[in-house]
Amino acid sequence: MPRDISIKSVLIIGSGPIVIGQACEFDYAGSQAARSLRDEGIEVILINSNPATIMTDPITADHVYLLPLEKKSIKHILEQHQIDAVLPTMGGQTALNLAIDCEKAGLWAKYNIRMIGVDIKAIETTEDRELFRQKMLELNVGVCKGRTAKSFLEGKEIAQEIGFPLVIRPSFTLGGSGGGFVNTAEEFPEALTRGLHASPTHEVLVEQSILGWKEYELELLRDAAGNVIIICSIENFDPMGIHTGDSITVAPAQTLPDTIYQQMRDLAIKMMNGIGNFAGGCNVQFSVSPFDDSIIGIEINPRVSRSSALASKATGYPIAKIAAKLAIGYHLDELQNQITKTTSAYFEPALDYVIVKIPRWNFDKFKGADRTLGLQMKSVGEVMGIGRNFQEALQKACQSLEIKRNGLGADGRELTNKDAILKSLANPSWNRLFHIYDALKLGISLKTVEKITKIDRWFLTQIEELIQLEHTIQQHTLSTMPRSLLMEAKQKGYADRQIAHLLGVLESEVFARRQDEGINRVFKMVDTCSAEFEAKTPYFYSSFGSENESIVTDKPKVIVLGSGPNRIGQGIEFDYSCVHGVLAAKECGYETIMINCNPETVSTDFNTADKLYFEPVFWEHIYDIILHENPVGVIVQLGGQTALKLAEKLERYGIKILGTSFQALDLAEDRGAFSTLLKEMGIPYPKFGTINTSDEAIELARELGFPLLVRPSYVLGGQSMKIVINEDELESQVIQIFQDLPDNKVLLDHFLENAIEAEADALCDGEDVYIIGIMEHIEPAGIHSGDSYAVLPPFDLSEDIIRQITDITKRVAVALRTVGLLNIQFAIKEGVVYVIEANPRASRTVPFICKAYREPYVNYATKLMLGAAKIKDFDFKPHQQGYAIKVPVFSFNKFTGVNKELGPEMKSTGEAIYFIDDLQDDYFQQVYAERNLYLSR
Amino acid sequence: MLQDGIILEGLAVGAAGTTGGEICFNTGMTGYQEIFTDPSYYGQVIVTTVAHVGNYGVKQGETESNRVQFSGLICNKMATVQSRRDADNTLNGYLAAAGITGISEIDTRYLVRHIRDKGAMNVVISTISGAPAFLQAELDKLPDMLNLELSTKVTTPEPYDLPRTDTDQSAGEQSFRVAVLDYGVKKGILENMQARGMDLRVFPATTTYQELDEWKPNGYFLSNGPGDPAVMDYAIDTVKEILAHDRPLFGICLGHQLLALAAGLHTYKMHNGHRGINHPVKNLITGKGEITSQNHGFAVSAAGIEALDGVELTHINLNDQTVEGMRLTNKPAFSVQHHPESNPGPHDSRYLFDQFRELMAAHS
Repeated sequence: MPRDISIKSVLIIGSGPIVIGQACEFDYAGSQAARSLRDEGIEVILINSNPATIMTDPITADHVYLLPLEKKSIKHILEQHQIDAVLPTMGGQTALNLAIDCEKAGLWAKYNIRMIGVDIKAIETTEDRELFRQKMLELNVGVCKGRTAKSFLEGKEIAQEIGFPLVIRPSFTLGGSGGGFVNTAEEFPEALTRGLHASPTHEVLVEQSILGWKEYELELLRDAAGNVIIICSIENFDPMGIHTGDSITVAPAQTLPDTIYQQMRDLAIKMMNGIGNFAGGCNVQFSVSPFDDSIIGIEINPRVSRSSALASKATGYPIAKIAAKLAIGYHLDELQNQITKTTSAYFEPALDYVIVKIPRWNFDKFKGADRTLGLQMKSVGEVMGIGRNFQEALQKACQSLEIKRNGLGADGRELTNKDAILKSLANPSWNRLFHIYDALKLGISLKTVEKITKIDRWFLTQIEELIQLEHTIQQHTLSTMPRSLLMEAKQKGYADRQIAHLLGVLESEVFARRQDEGINRVFKMVDTCSAEFEAKTPYFYSSFGSENESIVTDKPKVIVLGSGPNRIGQGIEFDYSCVHGVLAAKECGYETIMINCNPETVSTDFNTADKLYFEPVFWEHIYDIILHENPVGVIVQLGGQTALKLAEKLERYGIKILGTSFQALDLAEDRGAFSTLLKEMGIPYPKFGTINTSDEAIELARELGFPLLVRPSYVLGGQSMKIVINEDELESQVIQIFQDLPDNKVLLDHFLENAIEAEADALCDGEDVYIIGIMEHIEPAGIHSGDSYAVLPPFDLSEDIIRQITDITKRVAVALRTVGLLNIQFAIKEGVVYVIEANPRASRTVPFICKAYREPYVNYATKLMLGAAKIKDFDFKPHQQGYAIKVPVFSFNKFTGVNKELGPEMKSTGEAIYFIDDLQDDYFQQVYAERNLYLSR
Repeated sequence: MLQDGIILEGLAVGAAGTTGGEICFNTGMTGYQEIFTDPSYYGQVIVTTVAHVGNYGVKQGETESNRVQFSGLICNKMATVQSRRDADNTLNGYLAAAGITGISEIDTRYLVRHIRDKGAMNVVISTISGAPAFLQAELDKLPDMLNLELSTKVTTPEPYDLPRTDTDQSAGEQSFRVAVLDYGVKKGILENMQARGMDLRVFPATTTYQELDEWKPNGYFLSNGPGDPAVMDYAIDTVKEILAHDRPLFGICLGHQLLALAAGLHTYKMHNGHRGINHPVKNLITGKGEITSQNHGFAVSAAGIEALDGVELTHINLNDQTVEGMRLTNKPAFSVQHHPESNPGPHDSRYLFDQFRELMAAHS
């Protein structure tokens, strides 16, 4: 059946601010869905409170509402527009919950709106643990022994019935909040209480523990005719016991025989059909006993999820895009494979490569948090490595993490303390993978590692083989190393730096040897079909094989460097900027090339750039792509600190950096040189100094005076920043920094107490400057700008102050010969405007300003960088009405026992935008009244 | 070494030696043991496109015949350990014991792209390296798959019986006797029929209709198998006889091609063939789709179906619109090109075995 023509307009609900468990994968899903529907001539109305998303752009939807995700907002939208249907499956649990709320309030019925892509009954069955159990029993799908408890007493009774170990799962929570394993009766009461509190309905499922079983996920699509396909099988490297969002995962499933896989496929289809009749996507999680292959159904999500974003990137099958088409009535056999463009969308992708996803954690931001991984998701982002084999994919994923490692091992950062290693294996945290490697390297037997971790021996053997390879390599010098061995190391994903470390030589020497031997990266296509059919979509990954498939055109090309995994301080905002950079460069006639390794993003959608290289944002990979493509230049300003950091190497290798020059970027980043510049220009800045020892620190402190802001140079999101008020505090903080970040200088700034903070973002073409927005923070100085409520435009700065800010911004932009974007942070005290820092790149606030003022500033910035336009060519027409408030959003509730304390180190995971007409607004008044509430140091 | 002169080097797997055959690629990500023991692969060298092969080892009971049937393996990575605790052997050990030579550490993606463009051709794999003249000589000895009859090499020498097992819930009370013509039959097919209330007698490929009829079967089954159907006159004659007697008939893969030939259609050798477990097929009668397991290098020509009275197209492949199934409108006979028994592959098409039973029920 072709599409339902009675659907002419669709409301898509977004997922709101980024929190742990719900990140930019829903921007990817929502954007795809919106585009997919608009391609059909359907009017798309979109609601999301997150301004840093592509989905809320005018390029994505016909009408965008940046409103809080609540019933009131939906009602407002329904009053404005004639809407035929609502698609709530693209915005995670948040959107589903809102859709249920509206359903219960009769909103959909009142406005005669159909819910498409899901049915309410299915949501209820899947979210209520007991209903889910009953449904599985009815369908004859294996489930764990267990029951739902609505009270403490009931919970204890159930525990007595099923015994320990058991697991507690609160109903209706995101990312498994409040759940956990309980091994003994002593731990039980506390865990039960926590679970009951975490559930909004105060219900928990008390269940038999299947800790250590193998864990799998299947991604399904179903159409209205009842056709179901499995897009991807995903195997968790970490067995049951660690939330799938916190698990290292691998696709396709590596250790499943066809017999078991097909059983699982049958069960998944039965489960999807059993929970309700809807056309769209679905994710099913299973556990398989390593002893007898028996299968247990863990959960089913009748919507697009984090895993489906991963599956889309892993297979090249755009799940959200197709799911949207199915929701409006299309059948799978009527749609085309989006990659080959010649075969059917009704098929199951076949992969001839392996992908490894590794989560990215930020525990350092949550002091006192329990760092052990468990049922509750704690990671803030993820990376995906693609390789022609598991080892290559694993190494590439490790190289993508940006945790100061060069891959898995072989970088001198191995742990060698046996007890510490064994302890880490048994109590998994963010670094367990690395410690598995360390354990095997130290000679701890594979059997022991298998016994402690329950990780499948096939995976462990893969890691063991890497260690054997390293031993072989170490029997050679660079010159005696046979070509075949070097090739093997490259095929197994080793970076030149790792090989250099093993041989005790320089990275450049390994690179030179590689060049001599003709061991070059080739680029293979992600084509959904293992090369069975010719593919037309240029989505590539690198490997070391015999054939290169990425044909270089003779068009002028621009490379945009992405921002890697999401983490606190660098998230979706930079994906937003990268996507706009790509689109602007396309407009200017360039072939655009995107390099990024974050599977959640829109920038890694193969429809975004002309060519996508899904690769680590790691020097070696980038350089090889540059050598292959020979671009006109590289844009580093849009991918946050990750991309900016690579400017130095690009400069050194003679590669053109588009926009602001490396010298200027470096000047802005180098605190000393930048302050000298400010001094010469007569611009005030807080007194500061650089120190190398704690003795120097105390000496300097006496000169600058307390309070002092202590921080390492070159960091992200204020990592390890602290305000100290006396010498004792200073000393311990300085020692801490040297311990955590050796080889780093420490900066001491005089801290301007009770100052007001403000920041400005500006565009500059080297001569003319245009300030796109000035924001005033509601909280006083001392709270990281990312954690502050910021008001655009300023709400109580005097004209004189604003004039000073404007003047300084313009002068600094020109002095740095900025071409592109610049962000400057200010502290204002006693009528004086001090410059705290300058970021010569797209900042976190740029998307916020773009949304508030309804202007495409990143597009403009990119055109400036490309030299395609000057400031005077643009017709600036900011939509200025009332005020826009940037609302920081935190994920502290994911960490029991961690208090919300704010300081100079950024801790928020996301943001929302909130518009007010005037300063009498209740919301503003409340935030303003509480502005000092969370300030710590 | 490929027929067009390309030589690739890799690491030997399985047994030492030299082997050859027609090169084909299979895109399935699971089910290697089932594939390697499928008699339809007799005389072929398989390129597995999946990155790693052998990860879960091999196990008794996951075979499709009593021995390894294919001629050689070309893969990217061969597993050194098997993840399954109850596996009987590693895949590598299994192939070595079966005397099958293979090669790993090959850029299989390059190879697939190459044969996708150039079409099916022969290949030789050898553990003797650096001897192109020797490889060429071995290549020259290989027969062309076109016009090659192979079923008689893999069929059962003597008839044997398999009783109903009724393991499928739809089995029902009624018993049906099915005469299976073994052109290289997969165990999975037999098991699926046994599971649905069918008592089977499996006959050698060259058995005549009269010999089959003596057993008084309720229905006839034409199995899958290797080789070119167009040269199997003995089988085509048998099928014509079955049709002439209006007996219920079901054919799979090669059996489907034989039914087509008997009905007056033509078959042809495909450029590459379909081998994998992800091929979309649409049932034109119900409008529903099914993801199917496939393994065929020959196909029934779509041209002529419409012109031919008494033949109805029932299934098509959604990727390339090739013929996937048909039925005769005036005879109780139908067939499919894909493998409804799967093994390996999805179970979407197993309803066809139920249809066969219903067909026999209607004609008994």
